[in-house]
Formats: sequence, structure tokens, C-alpha cells
Amino acid sequence: MGIEEKLPSGILLTSVEKLAGYARKSSVWPATFGLACCAIELMATGGPRHDLARFGMERASNTPRQADLMIVAGRVSQKMAPVLRQIYDQMSEPKWVISMGVCASSGGMFNNYAIVQGVDHIVPVDIYLPGCPPRPEMLLDAIVKLHDKIQNMKLGVNREQQVTELEDARLRRLPLTAGGTLPSGIGQPGGRIQLGLLEQPAQDPDLGEAQ
Amino acid sequence: MTASADHQSHGATSTGTAGGDEASYDEYDEGRVYHVSGADWDEVVTAAVGDDRPGDERMVVNMGPQHPSTHGVLRLVVTLDGETVTELRPVIGYLHTGIEKNMEFRSWTQGVTFCTRMDYLSPLFNETAYCLAVEKLLGITAEIPDRATVIRVLLMELNRIGSHLTAVGTMGLELGATTVFIYGMREREKTLDILELITGLRMNHGFIRPGGVAQDLPAGALERLREYVRIMPGLLGEIRALFDAAPAFLARTRNIAYLDVTGCISLGVTGPILRAAGLPWDLRKSQPYCGYETYDFDVPVRTSADAFGRYQVRMDELDQSLRIIGQCVDRLAESAGQPVMIGDAKIGWPAKLALGPDGLGNSPDHIAHIMSQSMEALIHHFKLVTEGFRVPAGQVYAAVESPRGELGCHAVSDGGTRPYRVHFRDPSFTNLQSVSVMCEGGMIADVIAAVASIDPVLGGVDR
Amino acid sequence: MTERDDQAPGSQASQSESSPSQGSTAVPDPAALAGRDRLAEQVARTGMFGTLTTGDTSGYGGLQVRRAPRLPSPRPYGSYFDEIADNLDAALTADGSSFAAAVEQVVVANGDLTFYVRREQLRAVASKLRDEPTLAFEMCLGVSGVHYPAEAGEELRAVYHLLSITHNRRLRVEVTVPDADPHVPSLVDIYPTCNFHERETWDFFGLIFDGHPALTRIEMPDDWRGHPQRKDYPLGGIPVEYRGATIPPPDERRSYE
Repeated sequence: MGIEEKLPSGILLTSVEKLAGYARKSSVWPATFGLACCAIELMATGGPRHDLARFGMERASNTPRQADLMIVAGRVSQKMAPVLRQIYDQMSEPKWVISMGVCASSGGMFNNYAIVQGVDHIVPVDIYLPGCPPRPEMLLDAIVKLHDKIQNMKLGVNREQQVTELEDARLRRLPLTAGGTLPSGIGQPGGRIQLGLLEQPAQDPDLGEAQ
Repeated sequence: MTASADHQSHGATSTGTAGGDEASYDEYDEGRVYHVSGADWDEVVTAAVGDDRPGDERMVVNMGPQHPSTHGVLRLVVTLDGETVTELRPVIGYLHTGIEKNMEFRSWTQGVTFCTRMDYLSPLFNETAYCLAVEKLLGITAEIPDRATVIRVLLMELNRIGSHLTAVGTMGLELGATTVFIYGMREREKTLDILELITGLRMNHGFIRPGGVAQDLPAGALERLREYVRIMPGLLGEIRALFDAAPAFLARTRNIAYLDVTGCISLGVTGPILRAAGLPWDLRKSQPYCGYETYDFDVPVRTSADAFGRYQVRMDELDQSLRIIGQCVDRLAESAGQPVMIGDAKIGWPAKLALGPDGLGNSPDHIAHIMSQSMEALIHHFKLVTEGFRVPAGQVYAAVESPRGELGCHAVSDGGTRPYRVHFRDPSFTNLQSVSVMCEGGMIADVIAAVASIDPVLGGVDR
Repeated sequence: MTERDDQAPGSQASQSESSPSQGSTAVPDPAALAGRDRLAEQVARTGMFGTLTTGDTSGYGGLQVRRAPRLPSPRPYGSYFDEIADNLDAALTADGSSFAAAVEQVVVANGDLTFYVRREQLRAVASKLRDEPTLAFEMCLGVSGVHYPAEAGEELRAVYHLLSITHNRRLRVEVTVPDADPHVPSLVDIYPTCNFHERETWDFFGLIFDGHPALTRIEMPDDWRGHPQRKDYPLGGIPVEYRGATIPPPDERRSYE
């Protein structure tokens, strides 16, 4: 991408990471994908009491081409899903996604034919924010956590190393049977829990960028 | 990002790629639809110029569903002749949630939490319409405690204020007046504070239930309300000072989006749009519910039938709502201590919430009552929570005057504990039909003002 | 004794063949007649619990709940309802039709007046309701559908709510159509507000409104198959997974009704 690709791992790359992380997190422009009730709380977060302008984020870029962060606020219907994906594709790297509210995170209370059960079926999500709707303070907390993530994002060689480490860890991870976190013998005769393997998410949320 | 040349849309007579460039299009009888994906303006222009059809100034532009100014996920397909709109078609359904079908699988009381999320700017109105319908079916309309009815009126008028503030605020935001948006949000925060104090939540309250309301007012609510009623008129005056005589606002909303009474009635449009056209039709006065006939308030009417008239009607309704809230506070002060849920133990929701050392939860008094004092209360609690009450078979239609118009609930029961069918006649769904009538012939910038003056809430439109 | 609706299947046969328990008295026992009416109705549902997926060990699986008979309301209807019926009768008679020919049944319940109108006369009735000064139902609040799969021959209903601003009155008009022939004449040129509403009813129930200018899907995506709010369309949820358990979607759980 740039200078960070060419730097060897070391103090110079770390300094560049810190600087780039600081710059990126301080000027996040949200592409507000306000859909339903959560959009109203999102607007309230931009209001004077809970002020998104404290982060410099009150300037919502209505065109996704200049946006960094997509806050999916509200329930995503089957009709809206392709539009959501198209907007996400139109955003340029680096980009992050906060799924605001339970409907965006998991389908919420609407477990039916019309609602996509979690926007992570469509786009990779960095921060899941529960609530119906989440209070503006909760949204600010999610944004602060995202800022942490952005600040600590690794670049260049460090990033490749981190990706390799995380992939190895995931490949080594065991399903939830004896040896996992649940004691054996629960739920089934014969002492074995018949559970499927936990599916790997399509996108590793720790890495913060689209792969 | 390259345009995909192998995309074939529905109904296209052919698909083509212009010349050797990337701009792909679908050919319909009416013309060509180009697929634009970015960084390809030159190719699109070349293709359009190369189109050997007779020169046609008309363009079909798609606004939305993701758009800053369309009040939610509304898609407007606009045919433009220069700046003039020749045809406008709204496309909705991007927020369809299947709430009505979901309610058929939950008990009558649980239905409140679903219907509350339809028109999410006025959730208490959804709840009230639904609860009035259920109570009509149960035949208990006369047995709802008076205090519960007064609390319902109070909450509805507070919600009306919040909704109109959002409407005026987003109208300002979309027309470029961000200060009005900030003022509207600031006032709305005060309203939401009081709603949170009384119901526990800022939005989507689930507070008004069949039989009454969930809880009584907490201590200190009446003082907060009196303070609120005292300071709000001044704050509303600040919004008026910005808008009522601003030349830019007047130029953008006067004589824009005109719809007279005939048009309104034939299109089924109710609410501020109808009242701005000159007809003083308000369900609170004409077909009162929840005791509205005993309150002293006026119905603001204008005759200009344009976007500015609708703004003025909304601002005046804010003042009237404050009047009603003042009267509610007086009545609540008199009726302190009276029940807020119907006395019939087979219908009234039994549990109460209370603030304990570990937060908000089931009231310890209620738990003590059902666990150690009354077996009957325990059984009632159990049956009401798991099974729910049975509603006699039949159908009913109950309507309330929501901030956007007539919100009706058509409830059909088959005698069971679940609704057989609930349909909500949402005002925004009907009002949105009028956007084509309002905008065709005008300029594209007026489309924004028109949609803002209709104030649709797409959650109610799509349900 | 209330009038009986002749449409319940088997009603004529059951009245003639079953013998009243009280012997040969001229006036049959109302209780026995009511019981016989009830048995003649169709079975609305069987079993105690609504779901079929989990094992029903209650022993109530053989329970048969029959649907309630559709009884018309007797005159006088009360409040302003009689006026509406009389004025509509006068208006239709002036045109050569008649109230009885157009309206199958009148039901007054829960403070609402409902006319069950035959679909062939729907447009005539609607234009009379709108244009007659004594009726003046200027505003239609839209049409919605209801699906009763248990009522053979009358499965789909289109329900119109009308409002008279002049007289401050409300009226409900209901049209019954069978599943096999779900066509209803469109009222868009009489009440233009029905445009979106008829599209929505088509989208959710499959009711086809003949004469609608553009009957297309409005809420669901354009290429959706099926009509979601019909009773034979599943809710469509997915099981919710937790660590070690799944909970089925709401329409597949055991329901305590």
C-alpha cells in the first residue's frame, strides 16, 4: 500500500502504526446506514447532549466513497440486503462496521422471513452493539472501543505476522466437547454432547480490515 | 471496481455493452438503464451519446434507499426533464419486518412489544391503538382505570411532542438548516428524559398494555413534568424564531408540495397534511378516545395546503400538546394512589417493576405476594405470563390520532390467546402515496421539502 | 331464536335427520338445536397444543374444536347503523339492485358495523357509499386481507374500512372469496387511496384485484415467491443457537394456547 509495506518490523514500523492509528481513529467519517429505530438513537447521538462531534464524527459522509465507518443502525430486511452490500463495497479501505442494535447484530426480536438474521451474514462486522435500541451512551462506548481497535491495528509485516498467528490459533481451536469449556456428560445420554463445530466466521473480527 | 457486463435484469429486452468500453446497460422498451459503478463516467457518457435514439432530455434518477434526506429507507425513482420532475414513483418495502405476522405467534400482551416498533417515532401511539382494539374485543373499555387513561394521554402527548420535534428537526436538516436540527434534538432529549423516567426506556417502550399501563408514575415525576411544561414554550420559540420568517425556508416551503382537501381525502391522507389543507379533522375531537373529550385543547388548522402550512400546523400542535400535558398533570396529582391496571386479575398484567440493590427487576413485594401470600395470585401470574388471556372471537377497528395521521388497528381474534390477525392502518403508508401527486411538475429540490413535510416513518410504512 | 346462516355445510341434513331429544314437541329445545348447530360446523382445529412437531403426550390430541357459526345480527342494529343500512338500501334500490342482493350479511359487534358484500356488487356498493349524500363515506382507510384456511370456500377476505367525515361515522365492508378464485374487483378509481393497499394485500395474501393499474409487489422484493401473511406460509425463522442448545423459531415451538 505505502511506506509501511516496505518497512521491516521494528521501532520504525511501530511508530508508523501508532501515527497512522491515531490519525485514522481521530477522523472517522461514518456512513450512517440508518434504517429503523436505532437510526433515531444514532441521530440523538449526533445531537447536542451526546455529541459525536467530540470525535469529529458529526460529519457523516452521505456518500460511501468517502466514508470510513458504516454503522448499520436498524433491522436489515431481505430487500435491503443487496443495497447494504453494495454500499459496503463502495466504501474504500480501510473501513469498519458497527452493527448497532440487536436487529443488526442477530436479527433481534424478528426471527422471521423478512429480516436478515444478523448483518454479519452480509458484511464483516467489527463491533456488535446490543440494545433495542442502544442508548446513545452505549453507542459512544462502542465507538470508543472501535477507536481502540483502530489505534492498535498493525500494518505491513506486523500485520501479516498477526494474521498468521490468529489463523493458527483458530485452526487449533477445539469444538465445545470434552476438552473444551463445557464439562462432558451434559445433555445427552452416554456423556457426549452432540454439538456441531463452531463455524469460523467469514471474517476475523480481530483484524479490523476487510480481507 | 468493474461493471459486470453479464447482469440481466428482469424484463430487459436485451443487454449490451457500448463499444469496447465498460459501461453496460439493459435495454427496455422505455429506454436504456445504465449500470454505473464508479470511475466510469466517461464510458457512460460515450455510451449515452452513442445511443442513436432521438435526443431525449429526460433522465431517470434513483434516489435512495440509502440517502441522507429521504427520512429512512425510501426509494424514489424520479424521471427528470432538466430540473423538473415529470414522474415520481416511491418504492418501499426496504424495512418490511413482518411485524403483523410475528404478532400472530405471540400472546396478546406480547404483541405490544412488536407493534411498538412499527412507527418508531411514535411508539406509544402504536401501543395505544393496539390496546384500544384489544380492550374493545375484550369488552373492558369502561373498566380501564381513569388514572391509567390519563397516563396514556400524558404519554401520547409527550410522544407527539418528541415526534413533531424530530419531524421539524429533520426537515431543517434536509433543507440545510442544521441548527434547527440541533435545537429539535435538544428539546427531544428533554422529552425523552421524562419518558425514560416514567416508562423506563427512551424509545419502543412497551408500556401501554391491554388493561392499563405497566407501572404507576415514579416519585418526582409530576414535579419534572411541571418544570417541563414551564420551560418548553420558550425553547419552542427558538425554533420558531429560526424558521417562521426565514426567507430561505419560506422560499423553499411556501407553495411547495400543494395538496388540497379533495386530493387529501381521495388519497386517504390524514393528519397535519389534511389540517394544513383546511379541514379540521382530528380524531381526538371527532371520535374521542381515552377521554380526550374532557380535555381543553384546539385543533390547529391552516389553509395554505403547502409544506409551510404543514410545518406551522406541527408547531401549533406542539403548543396544544403542552396544554394537554398540563391538564394531565393536574389530574394525576388528584388521583394519586389509584390503580393503573384493570382490577380483573385474569386480564391485568400482574408484575410490577421496582428498583432494588441490584438494579431494576421484579418488585420484591410482588414476589412475596405470589410466593407466600396468595396461591391464586401465583396461578394468575403464571397463566397470564405463559398462556395469556383469551380474547373473545370477533374483529374490531380502533383508531388514534398519531402525529402523522389516523393510526388504526384492525384486530381479528379467533377466541384464543394469540391474535389471529392484526393489521395496522399506518398513516405514513397512506400519506406516502401522495408524494407523487405533490412533486410531479415541481423541481427536484422540492421533492426533499415535500417528503420532509409528509414526515413518513418508514417503519410504519413497511411494517 | 337467532337466524341461522345457511352456509354451514350439512346444516339442512342434520336438522332433518337428527331427532330432538324431547320427543314430538313443536318447539325444539334451543339447547339441543344449538348443540346440533355446533356439531354441524366445520372443525377449526384439532388437538390441545397448536404445534405438531413436539410429542403431545397430554391425551388431548383427539380434541376437536369447531368453528363458531356465522350469525348475522338482527335488526335494530343500534346507534347510526340502521340509518346506514336503510340509506344504502334506498340507494341500491334506486339503481335497480337491492340491499339483500348486494350484502350477504350484516354483523354488529364490538361497536362496529360490518357489511359482508358480494364481490360482484362491490364496486356498485362502494360508489353508492361514496357518492350518496346520506351515506357520504368519502374516505377509505385502506383494504387489508385476512386468511381463514379453515373456512372452505370463504378463505380469503378483503376488509375495507370506510370513514364518513361529513357524518362522523365508520363502516367496515368485507368481501369473501375462495382460495381457488381469489379475484376481487379493484376500487382504485373510486377510492384512489386503495392503490398501495391493494398492492400490499396482493403481496401478502395473493388476492388479485382486477382493474388495478399496476398490481405488483410492494413490500416484499419483486421476485419473492409466495404470499407471506397467509396462514400456510411459515413464519420463516431460524433456530437460535446457544452454547449447547438451540431454540426453535416461534412457529415451531410448543405453544400453550
